Amino acid sequence: MNRASLVFLGAFLALLLSWAALPFGNARGYGGLAAHVDDTENKAYPARIAGPAARGALVYADLGCAYCHTQQVRGDADGADVARHWGERQSYAREYIREPRVLLGALRAGPDLRNVGARYNTADAAERLYKLLYNPAADNQTALMPQHAFLFEQRSLEGRQPSANALKVSSVRSGFELVPTERAESLVAYLLSLKDTYDYPEEKRLNTPPAPKKEGSHQASEPKPAAAKPAEAPKK
Amino acid sequence: MSAAPEHSSARPPAAEAAAIDASIRVPVLVLLGFAVFWLLGATALGLAAAIKLHTPSFLAQCEFLTYGRVYPAALNAFAWGWGVNAGLAVALWLMARLARATLPGAGLLTVAAVAWNVGVKLGVLGILAGWSSSVTWLEMPRHLMPFLLVVFTLIAAWIVGLLRRGASPRLYASQWWLLSALFWLPWVWSAAGAMLFLAPVRGTVQSVVAAWFGHNFLALWFAPLALAVIYYLLPKLLGRPIRAYWLAPLAFWSYAVFTTWAGAARLAGAPVPAWTPAAGEVACFILTLPLVVIAVNLFGPLLGNLAALRSSVVLRFAAVAAFCFTLSTLRLAFTALPGVAEITRLTWFDTASDYAVLYGEFSFAMFAAAYYLAPRLVLRPWWSASLINAHFCLSFTGHVIAMFALTVGGWIQGQELADGKIPFAAVAAHTLPWLQAATLGGLLLAIGHLAFAVNLVKLVLCPQHRAASAAAPVPASAFSAPELEQAPAP
Repeated sequence: MNRASLVFLGAFLALLLSWAALPFGNARGYGGLAAHVDDTENKAYPARIAGPAARGALVYADLGCAYCHTQQVRGDADGADVARHWGERQSYAREYIREPRVLLGALRAGPDLRNVGARYNTADAAERLYKLLYNPAADNQTALMPQHAFLFEQRSLEGRQPSANALKVSSVRSGFELVPTERAESLVAYLLSLKDTYDYPEEKRLNTPPAPKKEGSHQASEPKPAAAKPAEAPKK
Repeated sequence: MSAAPEHSSARPPAAEAAAIDASIRVPVLVLLGFAVFWLLGATALGLAAAIKLHTPSFLAQCEFLTYGRVYPAALNAFAWGWGVNAGLAVALWLMARLARATLPGAGLLTVAAVAWNVGVKLGVLGILAGWSSSVTWLEMPRHLMPFLLVVFTLIAAWIVGLLRRGASPRLYASQWWLLSALFWLPWVWSAAGAMLFLAPVRGTVQSVVAAWFGHNFLALWFAPLALAVIYYLLPKLLGRPIRAYWLAPLAFWSYAVFTTWAGAARLAGAPVPAWTPAAGEVACFILTLPLVVIAVNLFGPLLGNLAALRSSVVLRFAAVAAFCFTLSTLRLAFTALPGVAEITRLTWFDTASDYAVLYGEFSFAMFAAAYYLAPRLVLRPWWSASLINAHFCLSFTGHVIAMFALTVGGWIQGQELADGKIPFAAVAAHTLPWLQAATLGGLLLAIGHLAFAVNLVKLVLCPQHRAASAAAPVPASAFSAPELEQAPAP
């Protein structure tokens, strides 16, 4: 080991090997994954990300939400995500193909957000998310989240009608209203767009354990939980 | 007090060592100065982030100080500011000394160092201003990346070029690690940058690239530099050669081949092909092979002369770094065990594993190197020996407290997360005492870093410091230890 050229060559090859397998191999393997077209609904899944939600994804990145929130539902073999109602099932690789910046997250200081749009599904969902962002401490469940009051502005009501999307919070001075900025609107539009509710037939087939053979009696046994870790990546 | 000659065999005249030191003095000190500046900046940002985790109302009004910006700013200031500056300073010094080469164009190199730091400063400010990409370690605004990459590559090539000018016919273990680190970082950085920003890959392949880079940044820059320093300093300070040096190439090659895969283990449970995390977990196990060899290499001489730890604080820093290398590699293997990853992934436990590399392993090695090389470069003893001791005690205690808190807290967090009956808010609330303890650890680190900075500023900028306070400036053993070179490469 007295030759620098040998060390260089070896170092280069060692890293090349892992690059060829992990980033490059996976890009070749499933980087070209296409959207699934549902013939009955005549729609492609995952759906295209609409304008405000796409801008909201940028706000999500610039505010660093991903340092506390993940966006990946793990299967039953890997945790209790489904039991926590963070999703109906594990996330599939295909669900991320439309996202310009995929942020799976590495830490769960806050809850998983992959299906936050499915959890906030009432008519006042946007209003609830605005209130949460404005003052998380108002609710004990979310008290550890930092405030995002800077995403809202107080406007004088003098000579104007109140805005339709003004927040109903008590802390605003009389004669003023509290309205979300455009960034807050985009962020909330993005959060509400996060829902993986479509069940892709191909992934579903790959991830469902073969059904036990039914022989006569259908009281035989309850369906067993998936024992083996399911193959997560669908083939092209 | 002048630098002692390097080689026990073929001992070059002291004049040669003096000429080498004179040629690298300015760039090494400039890089070290920037490194300490960033260390303090990252500590302040990191402390703010740590406090916000358990007291969210702290500095909550300013958008640019929100947790999601302060935390990546702290990480980037630490990695690209402290990590790269300190690493380059030490690499330059070690390479010049080991290759026995004088540095040409020190002025140009200094300009490049300034350019690097201007770039990093813009990057960190960019993160605070909201230009973050949220991809860990690559948050800085993407348009800065080509500039930083070119500057780094030029500096690294300059340092590698010393080999050609050097008089030494040998290539020591420290140099394998240095050469590779200087080459690996631009390689892995440009590949990841291209696949994430220039021509982004689709879907969760991005996460694979990010995990591959995230691990390799630590494993191919921080860890090799720490090992280069430890392989150099331990035998020198102990006056004993590396044990079983002939095995060192085995450690180097097996580490290089397998650690590059280990990052994939972070994706356990993520929506990526199942073979990817599985391959990473296998690699994590195999890493115990280089670990055993490196442990034999390094702890062999150390165990034979434990008494030396008492007299040399430089040695203590280096020994802690070696110990933390062992621990962090064992952590990797542990979290790859079946049933463990399900608990530790996505918790503070895994975050703490990264801190073990960045702080316990890398930073302790850099502190050791800085305490060893700075007085030899400026030809003056350290201003205060008690500040050095205080720095060691504070950094050691702070690191142990923070690691313990995040490890235990993260483990509890993981176990509770895996139990769907415990509400999430309760899980989060149960981490609070551990996060508070981690903040306490961070506070100790901050005071220790201040001691380091004051001592370095006094050493370099105040030549007339009182002789009285310099009574025992550097632990005697640091200078009196025979400056033994490692055994020649096989």
